[in-house]
Amino acid sequence: MLMNLFTFKGGVKPPTNKTQSVTLPIAQAPLPSRLVVPLHQSIGGMPQPVVQAGDKVLKGQLIGEADGWISAAVHAPTSGTVLEVAMHVQPHPSGLDALCVVIEPDGKDEWIAREAVDYKSLPPEEVRERLQQAGVVGLGGAVFPTHGKLTASKTVPMEELVINGAECEPFITCDDLLMRERADEVVRGIGIFRDLLQPKKVLIGIEDNKPEAAAAMRLAVQALGESFEVVQVPTRYPAGGAKQLIRVLTGKEVPASKRSTDLGVQCFNVATAYTAWRAIAHGEPVVSRLVTLSGNVHAPRNYEVLIGTPMGELLKLAQPHPDTDGIIMGGPMMGFLVPNADVPVVKATNCLIAHSERLFPPKAPEMPCIRCGSCAQACPHELQPFEMYWFSRAKNFGKTQEYNIFDCIECGCCSFVCPSRIPLVQYFRFAKSEIWAREREKNASDQAKARFEFKQLREEREKADKAEKLAKAAAAQAAKKAAEAAAAAAAESGTVPAVAAPADAPSATVNPEKEAKRATIEAAMARAKAQREAVQPKNTENLTAEQQKAAADIEARRVAAHLIEPEPAAAADQPAAPLDPKS
Amino acid sequence: MDILLAIAIMALGAVVLGAALGFASIKFKVEGDPLIEKIEAILPQTQCGQCGYPGCKPYAEAIANGDEINKCPPGGSEGVQRLADLLGREVKPLDAEEKPKQIAIIDENTCIGCTLCIQACPVDAIVGAAKQMHTIVAQQCTGCELCLPPCPVECIRMEPIGENIDNWKWKYPVVEIKAAAMSAGDTPTGGAGGIKEAA
Repeated sequence: MLMNLFTFKGGVKPPTNKTQSVTLPIAQAPLPSRLVVPLHQSIGGMPQPVVQAGDKVLKGQLIGEADGWISAAVHAPTSGTVLEVAMHVQPHPSGLDALCVVIEPDGKDEWIAREAVDYKSLPPEEVRERLQQAGVVGLGGAVFPTHGKLTASKTVPMEELVINGAECEPFITCDDLLMRERADEVVRGIGIFRDLLQPKKVLIGIEDNKPEAAAAMRLAVQALGESFEVVQVPTRYPAGGAKQLIRVLTGKEVPASKRSTDLGVQCFNVATAYTAWRAIAHGEPVVSRLVTLSGNVHAPRNYEVLIGTPMGELLKLAQPHPDTDGIIMGGPMMGFLVPNADVPVVKATNCLIAHSERLFPPKAPEMPCIRCGSCAQACPHELQPFEMYWFSRAKNFGKTQEYNIFDCIECGCCSFVCPSRIPLVQYFRFAKSEIWAREREKNASDQAKARFEFKQLREEREKADKAEKLAKAAAAQAAKKAAEAAAAAAAESGTVPAVAAPADAPSATVNPEKEAKRATIEAAMARAKAQREAVQPKNTENLTAEQQKAAADIEARRVAAHLIEPEPAAAADQPAAPLDPKS
Repeated sequence: MDILLAIAIMALGAVVLGAALGFASIKFKVEGDPLIEKIEAILPQTQCGQCGYPGCKPYAEAIANGDEINKCPPGGSEGVQRLADLLGREVKPLDAEEKPKQIAIIDENTCIGCTLCIQACPVDAIVGAAKQMHTIVAQQCTGCELCLPPCPVECIRMEPIGENIDNWKWKYPVVEIKAAAMSAGDTPTGGAGGIKEAA
């Protein structure tokens, strides 16, 4: 190789088990009896369903609308009828349900109108928008919405674009086959990323156990006249980890709590480039992906599978042996046993491995940690798993964070080499999810506290405002009274002899107040009286003689039936009594 | 003469040190009681008043002044444990039944729009207006149950927050004793399952 390669520390070399599934070309999986398409298939916002039970959908029709910028749309994988939008078990280690759109295919596989565009004529924002609308996400397994990674940083110049074709996990060969058979479209897809990010260099990293794929990619790069470098990297798990591949190809080590973009590097999977090209140049949203079927099966092979295909139904194509007792989604290092065979294939499903005890003998139980340090030597992130294990086990989560547990990519190298067979990664996952849960709780309680304090502040302020208003009104009233009193005093002083005035002066300051009080009370009484008089039933005025007679008759009948007491004449005057200031 | 000199030196020392202490007490004055803040940080901030105090801060103050640490049901036994660790006190069993985290739900068909629950909510998590339907902002609800008693039509109920994919947690790895007894002298296998070369 012309290029000088770097290396990452640690890593392991498990048996690759890749040869079984590469002998046959990619096949199209048949249409399943029904498709269960989860709406939340990418990192970020939960897409909202835009179809309901009974709707007819076409292949590629939008069924879930992206929610926010970091979120990707979801589409109907084939034409048919929506049976329901309901909760179904997810391909997730929890075995919990999430919202899915269930589609019964009509067998026609009829596309919506596909709009192919020349992306070079579009502004970059629109290309990103189109990728989001087409549901293009990272197909290496992290399913991060691709458009979110295609904005070049304003502060750091984009140095290298790394395309990940390493595919380091055992058994998985879907990227290998994709590069062998569809290299041309992969390279065109990389061209889109290159044009959006404008890096100085584009490096395509492929593990050296895939010479056919590397050759096909080189050929495609040459044929298209691109300047991408296809680099074969040494086969060592986890060379396909984004940070590891960046290290190997560029020598740059992404520090903890930083992103590769801070160093001017961005990384995409080859399958992501392929789907991006299909989305832009063919108008096809992501409705299918390549899935490797392998493990305890008779006919391992790669299939192009519609998203939403039930895994059990799909695995039958590879004819699993009768002792198969489960399905692993992903590889044997990082994958997990799916909760049941009905869970659907999602965008993150790169491989299904038929599990059997013959192939994966049950792990012998955990023994005490002897602090041999093998895990630290194997860790590709140069962490100290034995220390993190100790603190995770003791639930001392603060300490695990001091040992940078969040840099752990859960690759499983430490568990793989542990002579005491400690499921280290499980401890780390446990610790991480506990820390996240605490973080969530802390945020919630901080928010509650802030809202509570704000409410108290608001109530206090309202009280103060009210008091101020009352005080102001009282002051205004007092001023008015004082003015009235002054006017009254002035009037009085006109009649009273001028000599008496100075002697009365001290009492006059008291008197006007009393005077004013009396005046206001009288005014209030007058107002009340006026109001009472004003409130006469309006409908009794302007009655014709007949109407008056009818009303009188009704009244008479009511009295006769003892429904009402005849109204005492004095009653009208009663309410005035309590208003009397002397009583 | 010597004794006067000694007294003068000591007096000078006393004045200098006294001035230094006086300066420090003004310059490095601690506002409020940091212990109360630490206690309050542990309390769950539901502001539910189940402890008998009108909010988390008054209870934090009461704890700092010697009240029991086991009166906060939303904090659970873990909260008691953390308070005990902070204060160096004995861990006590919770003074009430520990409930799972829950949120209030308004039955919107029954709600008459009286706004009483809005006034009762300590964190403004209920939206609505007079004679308009009210509803609860689930993300803000702390599950304090303070909205239940004022409701005249009993249209508010509490529902536990179930486990979903977003809040699901990996479980603590456990070793099955039966499996441990069965195995002995097995070759170490690793990873998420030992990998053998497939046939």
